[in-house]
Amino acid sequence: MSVHALVVAPFTEHGEVRRALVGCLAIALGGGPIGTLLVLRRMSLMGDSLSHGVLPGVALGFLVAGPSIGAMSLGGLVAGLAVALLSGLVARLTPQHEDASFAAFYLTSLALGVLLVTRAGRDEDLVHILFGDLLALAPDGLIVIAGLTSVTVIGCALIYRPLIVACFDPQLLRAAGGRPALAYALFLGLAVLELVGAFQAMGTLMALGLVMLPAAAARFWARAVWSLMATSVALGAGAGVVGLLAAYHADLPAGAAIVLVAGAVYVGSVALGARDSLRARYFPRAHVRA
Amino acid sequence: MIALRDLTVAYEGHPAVHHLSGVFETGSLTAVVGPNGAGKSTLLRVLAGMARPAAGRLERSAAHERITYLPQLPEIDRFFPISVLDTVLLGYWHAVGWFRGIDAHQREQALHALATVGLAGFAQRPIATLSAGQFQRVLFARLILQNAAALLLDEPFTAIDARTTRDLTALIEAWHRDGRTVIAVLHDLEHVRRHFPQTLLLARECIDWGPTERVLTAANLQRATQMSQAWDPHAEFCAPVAAR
Repeated sequence: MSVHALVVAPFTEHGEVRRALVGCLAIALGGGPIGTLLVLRRMSLMGDSLSHGVLPGVALGFLVAGPSIGAMSLGGLVAGLAVALLSGLVARLTPQHEDASFAAFYLTSLALGVLLVTRAGRDEDLVHILFGDLLALAPDGLIVIAGLTSVTVIGCALIYRPLIVACFDPQLLRAAGGRPALAYALFLGLAVLELVGAFQAMGTLMALGLVMLPAAAARFWARAVWSLMATSVALGAGAGVVGLLAAYHADLPAGAAIVLVAGAVYVGSVALGARDSLRARYFPRAHVRA
Repeated sequence: MIALRDLTVAYEGHPAVHHLSGVFETGSLTAVVGPNGAGKSTLLRVLAGMARPAAGRLERSAAHERITYLPQLPEIDRFFPISVLDTVLLGYWHAVGWFRGIDAHQREQALHALATVGLAGFAQRPIATLSAGQFQRVLFARLILQNAAALLLDEPFTAIDARTTRDLTALIEAWHRDGRTVIAVLHDLEHVRRHFPQTLLLARECIDWGPTERVLTAANLQRATQMSQAWDPHAEFCAPVAAR
């Protein structure tokens, strides 16, 4: 098989594979900054909670308007923001930490979502919402993904400084009147936008695959915030391309193939990355050469 | 000046320092000393505006609107991927806020501040590579850029070596000569006697406040220790002074 048939033809000859690729690239582009900030804030698992938390909103949108991208996105957005804000409020107003409050609200939200979908829809609707169907992505779904991830990227760029200082030294921000709570709320909002975008393609269970795995892997290659974000985007996009090709040639479910490739990239980075990897730990370069 | 009028501050709902009255004069250099649990950090948080007084009043002159505060355990992520220079530049937050850019002059001032604290050449180093003493120097460089009329330092020399303590003490003395008001929580009484003209000795209430040689007497220190051993975490708020 020629390189062209292996790598290029799937995208040029099949519209649904091309659309899936564009969706993956958009998700990776928004996922880089959001995933990096989630990792830096030690909120990796909270991102997961958020992505499951959108389920009842999506289900409600589905109940009201059927399988309409717009209604499901709007519902997901509202549910995700509600979970984020309620968990954030509990963490701010009581001594309980974010991890516990996020877990509490997302589990409740997930159960509510499953209840709603099974009451109204069929089993395959639930499967679709939970796991997504990347290769069934329609042009209007693609527009929703591109729109949401664009807002995410532009939003992160606009409030880059407060987002980073709120991670690094929230006390300084508070003392200087820098509104860390507002920065935090805006960040959660942007994260929900990215997740609702990713959900269209990957379903609620794997929406974070192209957000967290590349960001977690980037840590072993880069060491400034901007380069972590850039590396993460590149790794995510790469995993999207390779995963899609694997799914196409081996007839695998596309979303799962992509997340598996991203997982392999993560394991490879932990083992062989340029910084702080296992290789760097156990086979360090000679310290001093005479 | 920063004036305390019958100030009571509370920690987690329980009064930590009772009925404190007095004035930190503009340009004064004061050490706050006392046993653990005496309420020193809580008082500093209230002075910094990070916590509200439980009772009484806190008055600041117009010149003391902007106060900088160096907490005992800053919530800073020491392994965050950020350079020494960027960390110091955050001292300009009051001038740049969320959106304004950093100009060449500010960058130059930041490099100058790094040189002042003995870290010339460290600008591009990630903060994760610094020792505890070097990191404290970075925070002092940031205090220089914050350029506030009053500085509150909570145990700035805990776990810091002698040489760094000496260098940073010289910086505090320079701030004092500039006419800034400096209030520092400290434990090393010899250090206080040598460098701090004023002392506030606390043990949940004011044992004494004034010139250091008058305050740090054996009798006062013994009283402070006894007071703090009588610490009751469930203490109720006492009746207003007028009613007693």
